[in-house]
Amino acid sequence: MPGPREVVPFTVNGDAVAPAVSPHTTLLEALREDLSLTGSKQGCDKGDCGACTVLLDGVPVLACLTLAVEVRGRRVTTIEGLAKGPKLDPIQEAFDACGALQCGFCQSGMMVSARALLDRNPRPSRREIEEALSGNLCRCTGYTKILEAVQVASGQCRPGEGALLTGLDPGAPPPSLASGGGEGSQGPGDPREEPLFPARAGGRGEGGTRAGGVAESDR
Amino acid sequence: MLPLPPFTYHAPATLPEALSLLSEHGMDALPMAGGTDLLVNLKHRLYDARHVVGLRGLPELRGIREEPDGAVVLGALTPIAELTRNPLVRSRLPSLAAAAGAIAGPQLREMGTLGGNLCLDTRCVYVNQSRFWRQALGGCLKKDGTTCHVVPGGRNCVAAASCDTAPVLATLGARVNLASVAGEREVTVAALYVADGIRNHVRRPDELLVSVRVPPLPAGLVAGFAKLRMREAIDFPALSIAVALLAPGGRVERVAVTVGALAARPHAVAGLERFRGRIWGRDVADEIGALTRRQCHPLANINVDPEWRREVLAVHVRRAFAAAGALPAG
Repeated sequence: MPGPREVVPFTVNGDAVAPAVSPHTTLLEALREDLSLTGSKQGCDKGDCGACTVLLDGVPVLACLTLAVEVRGRRVTTIEGLAKGPKLDPIQEAFDACGALQCGFCQSGMMVSARALLDRNPRPSRREIEEALSGNLCRCTGYTKILEAVQVASGQCRPGEGALLTGLDPGAPPPSLASGGGEGSQGPGDPREEPLFPARAGGRGEGGTRAGGVAESDR
Repeated sequence: MLPLPPFTYHAPATLPEALSLLSEHGMDALPMAGGTDLLVNLKHRLYDARHVVGLRGLPELRGIREEPDGAVVLGALTPIAELTRNPLVRSRLPSLAAAAGAIAGPQLREMGTLGGNLCLDTRCVYVNQSRFWRQALGGCLKKDGTTCHVVPGGRNCVAAASCDTAPVLATLGARVNLASVAGEREVTVAALYVADGIRNHVRRPDELLVSVRVPPLPAGLVAGFAKLRMREAIDFPALSIAVALLAPGGRVERVAVTVGALAARPHAVAGLERFRGRIWGRDVADEIGALTRRQCHPLANINVDPEWRREVLAVHVRRAFAAAGALPAG
């Protein structure tokens, strides 16, 4: 027999709430259906896409794989909590200024992940931004402007200048596929540079390698 | 939309309380740590259990500590993300930190745990699907059917062990502590797994994985990790390779290679003792890569071309040794 519904008190965006939920209700369902906070999106609903990303005690998690009963007494921040009254979060301002959206479905999750990054690292490198957003998929593939928007939000460039900070021309491969760079690099002859299967196109062979160095920049 | 099936949720506050719940409900209960694997599988109706035992509140499963003899003990509830940033893990067990950093994406690393990764259910392209999808195919050996779609005529489920921490911990000789109401027992990580994709580990349903103990490692031992996956984030491994090497004075004394994401059990490459006494270098690494390729046969259980995965095995063995610092770069 499934357990009965129970009242689970927690805070959302600073407000105390106490929805009555079933044991099998996810946090995403509680937010969207019980609390009418529909900014967190239900995408894949199985942990692949990041559209439902919220902050749980300041840490980015997926609301579709969190049981509502497990957030009792905890602090949840959703996309609705980023703006302070009429004042948008700098990340929201930057996404607007950069046009960092196409269909917009991934956008709340992207901005919540970006907020978590800037809370712990106010001036992240391009690589650190890529890493922090690597759990959020944009199926319109509008990543360039999204990454730039986080650079703009962190005061590192103006809209349209993001690509300059990478030191790459637009046709160059992204940093993760190039020379390895950063303290995690194995040097000029980094084994990750070696083409795995040159006859096949698309950088496929480079996609998976994780070196044993544990520097942040290596992830 | 993938709604969860109804279940009763238990939130024990102590390990004995959790163990008695598991003992009471047996196969009808599922222990849940981060939930990142279990809840997806419940959404896909892969389990029929009606009780979920949440482990989040158990203090006995937390913490990372160094023992007087130099062993490192990791609580089962240690978040994957913590393995990537904990100073003790980064300095003493860099290949574990690297493997943890290559798991899923940032959100799932915060949610998922070491114990959960070690007990990760096996994965197969024919089973990790919605019930609707699976029913169209008539089920499979692992769930609701009698046919293997990976190995025609196969009678043994070959769903893949997809836990990136297991190969690393196996090469380091780690052991897990399993507890039940009957007491505790220790099992090596290498012996934790069996060649049965339906249930690929020896943890009984009434047992909990409490902690992992990495023994004191000999001075000079180096270890590395390499992973093949389609994207650099989110994806489960298409190959997961861990190596460990002890070569005092440049001469091989001990070498270990374990490969995950093949079939139900991570494969410990056999016959490596033949390299004992050899002067370590690229040629030995390449021979080990060739030996690994001979022994490993990727299957069509993962949606990445098995032939291609086999072709790149040796390269990834070399990359793992390079990551360990055992090969000059390039």
